[in-house]
Amino acid sequence: MDHAQRLTELPELSAEELQRYSRHLLLPEVGLEGQRRLKAGRVLLVGAGGLGSPLGLYLAAAGVGHLGIVDFDVVDVTNLQRQVLHGTRDVGRPKLDSARDRLLDVNPHTHIETYETRLTSENALDIIAGYDVVVDGTDNFPTRYLVNDACVLGGKPNVYGSIFRFEGQASVFATPEGPCYRCLFREPPPPGLVPSCAEGGVLGVLPGLVGTIQATETLKILLGIGDTLAGRLLLVDALRMQFRTLKLKRDPQCPVCGTRTLRELIDYEDFCGLRAVHTGTGVAEVTPAELVAWRARGDAIDLVDVREPGEWALGHLPGARHVPLGTVASALDTFGGGRTTVLYCKGGTRSAQAARILSEGGLTNVWSLAGGILRWRAEVDPTLPNY
Amino acid sequence: MSITVHLPTMLARLAGDARSLEARGGTVGEALGDVIGRFPALGPRLRDEAGKPYGFVTFYLNDEDIRFQGGFAAPVADGDEVIVVPTVAGG
Repeated sequence: MDHAQRLTELPELSAEELQRYSRHLLLPEVGLEGQRRLKAGRVLLVGAGGLGSPLGLYLAAAGVGHLGIVDFDVVDVTNLQRQVLHGTRDVGRPKLDSARDRLLDVNPHTHIETYETRLTSENALDIIAGYDVVVDGTDNFPTRYLVNDACVLGGKPNVYGSIFRFEGQASVFATPEGPCYRCLFREPPPPGLVPSCAEGGVLGVLPGLVGTIQATETLKILLGIGDTLAGRLLLVDALRMQFRTLKLKRDPQCPVCGTRTLRELIDYEDFCGLRAVHTGTGVAEVTPAELVAWRARGDAIDLVDVREPGEWALGHLPGARHVPLGTVASALDTFGGGRTTVLYCKGGTRSAQAARILSEGGLTNVWSLAGGILRWRAEVDPTLPNY
Repeated sequence: MSITVHLPTMLARLAGDARSLEARGGTVGEALGDVIGRFPALGPRLRDEAGKPYGFVTFYLNDEDIRFQGGFAAPVADGDEVIVVPTVAGG
């Protein structure tokens, strides 16, 4: 039964619900019918983190009847600065368990379906089929392109939001006449160019701001009121507290919603250039123990930290110099000189990318520290700050 | 023509932390070239080696995507704004 059909058979509201939602019922644009539309509504939240937190909280509070949540992550103490869905006592628990408990406390009338899995090309279309609206609360490019394509192919609006440090973007993609994510950004950036929140940092409240905008758009879609961000890109600049709206149009050459040549979900890790990075194709790796041994025997080693400046400032390996990944290519002439080059980052992905850049630039004897600082902390020096 | 180029914070740090830069040129491409001439590190972040825009950095002339106005050849008028919007994925 789709949303339009369900509108002819809108669920009733109990006396408790009428009291709970009285501030909505007072709004001419919502009223009893609007609240019943919300109760009939089915929204899929992809991600229960920074953006997912205000989304879950406000959509549950508003009386959206069915919330599906996709997340496979576990609550970490570093999440608590911004992921207000979770609390200190939830550290170590699956985010879905924490989310379910919290949201049912906010509103026991909400039906919550959880998907403790990564959203993939194999499961995405099946999962979104059961929902009216999909909200992109993810934190990486492959999943964003996957959500987009699945929504266009599956005919579901995609409420988009993304953040970086102090700035954010929001829009509504995949409406019948409107543009999609690929119309805005037809290709992802090279791996490592755009730091994640874990690498570049983020003002804790920023996903609150952008996620609440996404929740607002979701409610407007379910209620059928107002003007949504379909066909517009909202830019949020929290440092200057400025908002700018830009026009978005369907790209006639867009393979998903323009020419419609893309009719099936693809390999998004490969599309984003990550498959080669993850398999470390062609990249030589050195373990922390091996690096300790090389230094002990006096090898001439150029140890290079390719992380963001904020990460370097938190703590770095002794004897290292700092060359952020985005500047490695332009600093090629500072490498080599007969030394063994060992690159490291937080987990080993960015240093593998840097190693690839240097090797393609002609440098030999280039190594990436397997497992990065995380593994160095576990195996060599636990006094390094965790972040 | 004298216009303003607006950069997000992540690119502004390559332009002396300037979020808004005055630029001169008859087209979007010329104005960006003017900025890149002053801040060469911005160059590779705004266009590829062949001088074409990347698919992950979108440019707006006032509030319209330049792809619908001739791309980097889009003409500019005094007082126009070019807004640079790179993709971000945090969530």
